[in-house]
Amino acid sequence: MEEIAARFALTYPGFNLDVDLHLPGRGITALFGHSGSGKTTLLRLIAGLARTENGRLTFRGQVWQDEDTWLPTHRRPLGYVFQDANLLEHLSVAGNLQYGAKRSCGRQVNLDAAIELLGIGHLLERKPAQLSGGEGQRVAIARALSTAPSLLLMDEPLASLDLTRKQEILPYLERLHRELAIPVLYVSHAPDEVARLADHLVVMAEGRVVADGPLAETLARTDLPVRLGEEAGVVVEAVIVERDSSWQLLRLGFGAENILWCRDSGQLLGSRVRVRVLARDVAISLSRPQDSSVQNLLAGRIEAIANDEHPGLALIRVQVGKTPFLSRLTRRAVDTLALKVEREVWVQVKTVALLDQT
Amino acid sequence: MFLSASDIQSIFLTLRLAALVTAILYFLGIPMAWWLARSRSRWRGPINAVVALPLVLPPSVLGFYLLLTMGPHGPVGKLTEALGLGLLPFTFPGLVVASVFYSLPFMVQPVQNAFAAMGERPLEAAATLGASPLDAFFTVALPLARPGLLTAGIMTFAHTIGEFGVVLMIGGNLPGVSRVVSVQIYDHVEALEYAQAHRLAAVMLIFSFVVLMILQRWRPKNGQGGA
Repeated sequence: MEEIAARFALTYPGFNLDVDLHLPGRGITALFGHSGSGKTTLLRLIAGLARTENGRLTFRGQVWQDEDTWLPTHRRPLGYVFQDANLLEHLSVAGNLQYGAKRSCGRQVNLDAAIELLGIGHLLERKPAQLSGGEGQRVAIARALSTAPSLLLMDEPLASLDLTRKQEILPYLERLHRELAIPVLYVSHAPDEVARLADHLVVMAEGRVVADGPLAETLARTDLPVRLGEEAGVVVEAVIVERDSSWQLLRLGFGAENILWCRDSGQLLGSRVRVRVLARDVAISLSRPQDSSVQNLLAGRIEAIANDEHPGLALIRVQVGKTPFLSRLTRRAVDTLALKVEREVWVQVKTVALLDQT
Repeated sequence: MFLSASDIQSIFLTLRLAALVTAILYFLGIPMAWWLARSRSRWRGPINAVVALPLVLPPSVLGFYLLLTMGPHGPVGKLTEALGLGLLPFTFPGLVVASVFYSLPFMVQPVQNAFAAMGERPLEAAATLGASPLDAFFTVALPLARPGLLTAGIMTFAHTIGEFGVVLMIGGNLPGVSRVVSVQIYDHVEALEYAQAHRLAAVMLIFSFVVLMILQRWRPKNGQGGA
């Protein structure tokens, strides 16, 4: 599984990067951190767009960089999506796609598939200056796929877009996630994007990796130095098991026999979905509440009680079957209920956000 | 006849000189501009200044030094004589060499600005798409610098056509060899042939105006494409 091994040390004035990472060879790995945490620098080092003498990088056993090897960017079988599309202004959309396809070093390129995947068939004749921000970014993603890369690197592809444009692109990224066989490294500082897209999460702070693991597990950690604030929460992979047409609700099954109800937004029965449950939307009670408005009730066991950002708040991790949940409570509530690790409790989930929009 | 035979000869000589100098400067100036726009060497500053020197130096000063260098006691003169090429001053090739130096900044600076304005980013994009640096230079940098390249070519050509001081110092005033339009006009005035001087001067005036009009039309595209 481990196909990317990267070790880099780099010093700029006022900034140190020191990472040693082993990343999976499939799925989307999010490099998450606040600005200045070194995630973009790390991505550029992996692409060969930045260079440090003190580094070692191997991809599927092939050395891209070590003491005596340096593979220049154009020889690395990768695709790169820049923060702002960075299309070649003198070429049309089709020209941009063909630029990469012509230089794919004999790898089998399926431009039509990339064009179809990103929905840009009607834009091919246009010049980059005639594209909207969202369209430009979709072209940039298709172009990154045009070289038939073995690794796709994406540097905050949505950061330069407004909310509407983001909503326009996210479904395409989800398609990419489902249909693409190659590993993707996705730099982001937006927790909602990470929750929606990533399988694996690397959290960076001040040039160092502070957490690294599968998404659900890593998001549920209560000991991360990088706080997500209001965005703290977990992601649950579930299957739609029932549609309740009379109440316009969907029943989602996860783990062995646990269920959550959420609003019906038209997904197919039986499809796999990803839901996000924020810590602030999860309450805890000691006995099964009989008269609460909250319908999603799950039995679990407290695994950890940690400090939250505010001294008056605590972050509680509750294990429901094999799935961890996070709950944000006041310290006072923890004390009043005498919550302790190992204690059996009921988890009340007020809001379940379905992440897949397709 | 509107222009005399010697006037026509001087016009063709001038055009030949300007075309040759522009062609040579495309070959020399583009790599220089590339290096100046991207290098972090400590030599960048001094070389930038040397390239810009002809903008501020009196042409006679430049011509004087070139004359010394290419003359029988100068290093270049000794070299050309040893190679059996003879001496360059007061020949057409000598005039070409001098004009290349004189017009260098008019080629290098617009191209350098175009390269600097595009920055690293399009080249990084090209590299991630599998283009080697040389490939990216020809398929990305040059096409993106097109407005700058055209401006540079027109400026170099026009500037070479208008030179006078360097020609007098290096080329003298030999019909068919170095008697370019500006020198021809000077001759007419010296000989009090004001009517002939008028006609040739009018040709130059109209030519210069047309060139500047063409440049004006290129400017807006320059701002858009070079960025």
